[in-house]
Amino acid sequence: MTWRSPLALVRDYLQGQRAREKDLRNLVSNLPYEGLEKRKQPNRYFLSNAIKTTKYTLLFFIPMNLFEQFHRLANLYFVGLAILNFVPAVNAFQPDVALIPICVILSLTALKDAWEDFRRYQSDRKLNNTPCFIYSRKEKQFVQRRWKDVRVGDFVKVVYNEIIPADLLLLHTSDPSGVCLIETANLDGETNLKQRTVVSGLCNTSPEFEPESFNSIVVCEKPNNNLNHFKCYVEKPDKEKVGAGIESLLLRGCTVRNTDHAVGFVVYAGHETKSMLNNNGPRYKRSKLERKLNTDVIFCVILLFTMCLIGALGHFLWLQALPSVPPYLVPDSNGHLDSPSLSAFYMFFTMIILLQILIPISLYVSIELVKIGQIFFITNDADLYDDDTEVRMQCRALNITEDLGQIEYIFSDKTGTLTENKMVFRRCSIVGTEYPHKENAIRLALLAEVDLEEEVIFNQHPQPPQTSWSLDAEDTNSQDSHRRGSRCKSKVAASAQSDVAFSSPLETEVIPDRKLLQQISRAESSSRRKTDPYLDFFLALAICNTVVVSMATAQRRRVSVSPHAWQTNNALDTLSNVVKNAGCIFTSCWRKPKRNRTVSEGSALEDDSFQPPLKMTGTVNTNGIQTYSLHTPSQGDKPAATLDNLRYEAESPDEAALVYAAKAYGFTLLARTPDSVTVRLPSGEDLVFEVLDTLTFDSNRKRMSVLVRHPITKEYVLYTKGADSAIMELLGTPYAEHLMTRNIAADTQHHLDCYAKEGLRTLCITKKVVSDNVYESWLVDRQRALAAIDNREELIMDTAVQLEKNLSLLGATGIEDRLQENVPDTIMALREAGIQVWVLTGDKPETAVNIGYACRLLEKDDLVINMSCKNKLACTSILDCTLEEVRRYSQDPRNVDTTPDISLVIDGCTLTMAMSPDLQERFVDLAKRCRSVLCCRVTPLQKSRVVKVIREKLKVMTLAVGDGANDVNMIQAADVGIGISGQEGMQAVMASDFAISRFKHLKKLLLVHGHWCYTRLANMIIYFLYKNVAYVNLLFWYQFFCGFSATAMVDYWLMIFFNLFFTSVPPIMFGIMDRDVSAEMLLGVPELYRTGQGAGQYKFSTFWVSILDAFYQSLVCFFIPYLVYMDSDIGIFTFGTPLNTVSLFTILVHLSIEIKTWTVVHWVVMFGSVALYFIVTLAYSAICVTCNPPSNPYWILQNQMADPMFYLICIISTVVALLPRYMFHVLKNSIAPSPLVQARHLDRLDSSTKEQWIKEWRSFRGGGQVKRSRLSTPPSPTLENSVDINPETPTAAENMEDDFTLNVTSQRPVHT
Amino acid sequence: MMASSYNAKEEDGHPPSGSSHGGAGAVKSKKPDNTAFKQQRLPAWQPILTAGTVLPAFFVIGLIFIPIGIGLYVTSNNIKEFEVDYTGVDIDRPCYSCAMNFSWNSTTPCLCSVEFTLQQPFESNVFMYYGLSNFYQNHRRYVKSRDDSQLNGDRSSLTNPSKECEPYRTSDGLPIAPCGAIANSLFNDTLELYHIDSNGTRNAIPLVKKGIAWWTDKHVKFRNPGGNNNLTAAFHGTAKPVNWRKPVYELDPLDNDNNGFINEDFIVWMRTAALPTFRKLYRIIQKKSSTTPTLPSGRYVLDITYNYPVLSFDGRKRMILSTISWMGGKNPFLGIAYITVGSICFFLGVVLLIIHHKYDTRNNSADIPS
Repeated sequence: MTWRSPLALVRDYLQGQRAREKDLRNLVSNLPYEGLEKRKQPNRYFLSNAIKTTKYTLLFFIPMNLFEQFHRLANLYFVGLAILNFVPAVNAFQPDVALIPICVILSLTALKDAWEDFRRYQSDRKLNNTPCFIYSRKEKQFVQRRWKDVRVGDFVKVVYNEIIPADLLLLHTSDPSGVCLIETANLDGETNLKQRTVVSGLCNTSPEFEPESFNSIVVCEKPNNNLNHFKCYVEKPDKEKVGAGIESLLLRGCTVRNTDHAVGFVVYAGHETKSMLNNNGPRYKRSKLERKLNTDVIFCVILLFTMCLIGALGHFLWLQALPSVPPYLVPDSNGHLDSPSLSAFYMFFTMIILLQILIPISLYVSIELVKIGQIFFITNDADLYDDDTEVRMQCRALNITEDLGQIEYIFSDKTGTLTENKMVFRRCSIVGTEYPHKENAIRLALLAEVDLEEEVIFNQHPQPPQTSWSLDAEDTNSQDSHRRGSRCKSKVAASAQSDVAFSSPLETEVIPDRKLLQQISRAESSSRRKTDPYLDFFLALAICNTVVVSMATAQRRRVSVSPHAWQTNNALDTLSNVVKNAGCIFTSCWRKPKRNRTVSEGSALEDDSFQPPLKMTGTVNTNGIQTYSLHTPSQGDKPAATLDNLRYEAESPDEAALVYAAKAYGFTLLARTPDSVTVRLPSGEDLVFEVLDTLTFDSNRKRMSVLVRHPITKEYVLYTKGADSAIMELLGTPYAEHLMTRNIAADTQHHLDCYAKEGLRTLCITKKVVSDNVYESWLVDRQRALAAIDNREELIMDTAVQLEKNLSLLGATGIEDRLQENVPDTIMALREAGIQVWVLTGDKPETAVNIGYACRLLEKDDLVINMSCKNKLACTSILDCTLEEVRRYSQDPRNVDTTPDISLVIDGCTLTMAMSPDLQERFVDLAKRCRSVLCCRVTPLQKSRVVKVIREKLKVMTLAVGDGANDVNMIQAADVGIGISGQEGMQAVMASDFAISRFKHLKKLLLVHGHWCYTRLANMIIYFLYKNVAYVNLLFWYQFFCGFSATAMVDYWLMIFFNLFFTSVPPIMFGIMDRDVSAEMLLGVPELYRTGQGAGQYKFSTFWVSILDAFYQSLVCFFIPYLVYMDSDIGIFTFGTPLNTVSLFTILVHLSIEIKTWTVVHWVVMFGSVALYFIVTLAYSAICVTCNPPSNPYWILQNQMADPMFYLICIISTVVALLPRYMFHVLKNSIAPSPLVQARHLDRLDSSTKEQWIKEWRSFRGGGQVKRSRLSTPPSPTLENSVDINPETPTAAENMEDDFTLNVTSQRPVHT
Repeated sequence: MMASSYNAKEEDGHPPSGSSHGGAGAVKSKKPDNTAFKQQRLPAWQPILTAGTVLPAFFVIGLIFIPIGIGLYVTSNNIKEFEVDYTGVDIDRPCYSCAMNFSWNSTTPCLCSVEFTLQQPFESNVFMYYGLSNFYQNHRRYVKSRDDSQLNGDRSSLTNPSKECEPYRTSDGLPIAPCGAIANSLFNDTLELYHIDSNGTRNAIPLVKKGIAWWTDKHVKFRNPGGNNNLTAAFHGTAKPVNWRKPVYELDPLDNDNNGFINEDFIVWMRTAALPTFRKLYRIIQKKSSTTPTLPSGRYVLDITYNYPVLSFDGRKRMILSTISWMGGKNPFLGIAYITVGSICFFLGVVLLIIHHKYDTRNNSADIPS
């Protein structure tokens, strides 16, 4: 190590700083510099891969932790008081004793922090020491090192099933086509595999990668936390630049799947990796109750100061009134007495110390404890547990449980939240002909019923036909049974542990429409089969997607298969095996319907006619050069249950649904690599399409395309699918001119409209044949765009738009997104609970309205206001008109009782106008009067804006619930964000405060747990404030009899114990366990939820009433003993003992009046507290002979307890103190019982009568019976009675981000 | 074919349930335990405070409280108490001159006598108290100003008293024993009681000065340093409190068991009073025999050695004679309170009864279908 001047060090540091701050980073390989000292390393400025998430170091734990803790104002206050106590002129207690409470609190918190930090340290160490392979130049191979040794510029090899140690730029994989599949579950919880490809053109495709030959410079952007975005280019020595994006980046924390090994270049390490940058700790939210509590604490402070002021003033007057110096006035050590005003000044501070517990030091700690307890119970609720996914309810924000009880507005996403987001192919329209798929609909209806009964478990696996049993029988059999087991399980445990994201028979099976099948067979046999639109349609369905094909049995064998075995068995090989073994596929395929009870007959008939000619030949060229060939016919001796092995993993569920639909018609997607797609035709031919390019989905274009080279015609074909609005405009003009095709477009549009009315999601499928020279010229542009650094995304998008025009329409599909179970019921209940439900969706109005009816958001006799306008003027006038009408309606005396149920349907662009500052007020006013609001075609940003506006303008508690990335904004904007861990990954859950797995859980979460948490905590806090005031006031009243000299008549230790032990557990237990009304009652009568809304139980008046009650009670507790002991020989602390005891009794009995439900725990805690008081005090009084001067409690309680007067005083004081409150409760409950009390009355009845009463209650209050309505028979949208003030049909671009949520990325401007 | 597939289905129906159970066994299921506690379904008593349910409680309280109150009231009324204020603020009072001419430094005690008449004879033991009013023994600094370990006989504290005793900690360089303001302001009037016969002779009434302090105080809390013998030597090297006329070991020279720190008058004084107007037990007049009352009615004279100044704080000094019952001294308050509260509860009970008939019946009929 050479010595370096400090200046050099500083310079080096600054350079490092600058290098890290730069927008672009130039990274080179470390290998040439291997073994050199650190300052010669080119990448030395970038962070290493060792991570440290601990907050503290061992050495500085105490100061740092204290510093952290003193950020809390309360702690500072109490330390200030403790310090004040050290000032001799003002101290009230022994200084050291006064330190105890704050020390206890501080050390407890420190202990908790230390433990948490230690755990973080442990996990860091474990992570840092995880082994990984880094290339070493010395040893010419990858050597095993640890994660913390990884540096930027290293070459790291990750093998199958290994976790990626840092962000790697993928350079090489074992896969010949340069693909590496990763699972990002650790990062975002998404279980589907994501495909990453090597940076093209960097490494010669030799089987072994030689890192030493890598001599390019990697230029990448500054680290950021965007998981879906990465920009980088690699500059080769010959100055050629190769662009790379997120598709080439292996993210730290992900797992390599299906790939034997991959080699990457480390671009970001340690804390600069995307996963670490995304990893920001738990969110801290302040609940409404806590905000309110803070104002009350301020009132407590004011009260404290007033009392201290009274004390100081009293002391002054008392001193003034003395004629001369009495013997009990003790001068200071010099024999000097302060002037009255100075003593009064000092007395003010002494009083603060004496009365400090008026500001409840333990309240904050107690609230935290209570919330932990509440969360424990919420997460342990079996009803909120989803059996299918084996997921419990998760509380991610720890301190807003009580907000759940105060929700007034719910903003819900539609797809995946109200609906399953499990897409089912329902109908399609091909070249203007509709195929309704009736059989399929029947099957779905049956399935749905079965699903509800949850009894029959469908086994979708075909029983291998006996005829095709073979030599491989054993093998297949075991495989099959294994699979069957797992499949059955996955039916029960649907998708969470999901081998496959979309696996229930519901989506994977489609019964083909009979007519369509005939059509296809005709097309198959016809001469122009190459261009038949029917075939093209299904080919498009099979090809135009980003679905990853994997094997059910082979994929993700995590432990069972050794990597070596896998090495020779990669995807392509497996596939070729599959193909070789293929046979009798269709027999087995067509047998599937037999599992279906009703339809089997019909389809069985067709079995024979569709027995395809089993003529297959061929090999799959493993060299990666795709060729098309006829496969040799398999003799049928090799069973091909393997075709069922195919699993489709799609980023968006409707893609999978379409692929499964295509499969049902015999167009089976067999494999997909970045360069090729293999599709098996109904005839059994395997067509291998060369994929020339994939124009991925983005929310601006609202479509995606795949450009392939047709293996037969050798044409360049572009298949595009997308939202109808995005597609219809792009239809080619020659077709439009042609009358017949015009009709096709019109017919399809008509079908699309019908689909939308049925609540189906629609997609249009188009095709375009690209001529060679057009393709060539386009390719040049495309490549330029791909290599571009600046505006890369825009350029790529431009090229996409360039190609996607003059499309020819093949047809359209209607996909159903089924409502989740109990959604209508939940929405009804929430509405009865006084919660306004808004649905914000990206779907088009027709679909949304339909879903709205299906989930009972809209009712048949609702007044539906449909707002959709093009310009602001129209918007203003419509708003005004509607508002006027609504106002007039509600003001009309005839309509006093019959408030109309107004619902508002508004679309995205109208919403934008309505939310503009000048119209905002009116819009909010209108929305306030609406029972439900449906916003269609809204963008994620609009969603959050709606939430914000409503929250701020109406000052209400809002809750947002959603499941996808597009809901993240909204979830974060609302007071309470709820994520549904559904099909669309975990981004919503990650951003949420609570995560549930089904929408229906919202009902119990809000109505029961929300209500409980809120009442519990509100009552607990009120009680806590009361308790402190009641106790402290005893001391205050005593000041009037001790010349305001701040004497405490209770031993200081006992005072500490009183708050710390004797009276702390009961309120905490009260806050965790009290149950005012049973869960069944709260669920049965959602109205009860209303008690918590708005100000709820914790009103300003409640606070003051309880403070006044505390004053009264303390007066009683003080003055009854005072009057008894007046003019007697009672000593100070002998006098204090009954006061303390009376106070304890009063405080505890007060609580027991508030406790609504007495369980064993309550009894134990209550009696335990009293017992603890007597035991501790007796023991303390027995032991302490000379300790703790001046109070010295020796034998005082014992003496008191031998005196019958003590008991008489305790009894009467407690009774008198609590009589008013008791009486108040009794009178209120008897004369004007609140709904809660009535519910409690009902609670005590036996269950059958209870149910009957709940029903009657609900019907009496107009709740009505909740019917289960299903989407399969949706009530027709009754727009007859709607105020349809909008004649224009919506033409705004359709928003489809619901469909492809994952692609919503923020586009950052590029700086170079 | 059909049959076999049917069978297969049946078979298929079973494994999943089996495997899922097996799975639950092998991999711990995350499903929350279905226990009454975790599901918040513990059996519970759910009282609802309504007129109907609390009615009995009110009547019971009324019925219990009123007799207790009457008992307490009667007991209190049976206690005989007599009080003489001998402060001498008015010019015509006997101790006026003593009160006026007082100074802590005067060496000659001022003597005065107060005559009074007991209208009724006092039966059983009579407690003799001195009472002070407006004396804030509970002043925070005053209360603190003592050294408990010194009083407990701790030698180091004897020579080096606690700082709390300032400024009564040392005097002329010597540690004060007992130190502190409480000890310094020890009540030092001497009271003697005489009964005046019908023929005018004064019969001294025997006053017992032991047994007036708490037993625990006398035997545990307060101890003389180095035993009760030879206190002079034990207290050597200490100074008497400034206001005292004699050192602590001369408080009761006649009785070793009542001298020094364990002098009962001293102990009683050291237990600081809770309220500014207080009394402290001074002497006990023991019952002589069952036939004659302890203090027969008639004329008495109280001889006072007037040492203690109270005019500096507008105080009053009283001598109180009182008989004692199980409830202590005379105090009608508690009895009245019990009677009042009992009556109120009874009254509220009646009110609730009416309310119950008016409202609860309606509620019940509405809530509980018969």
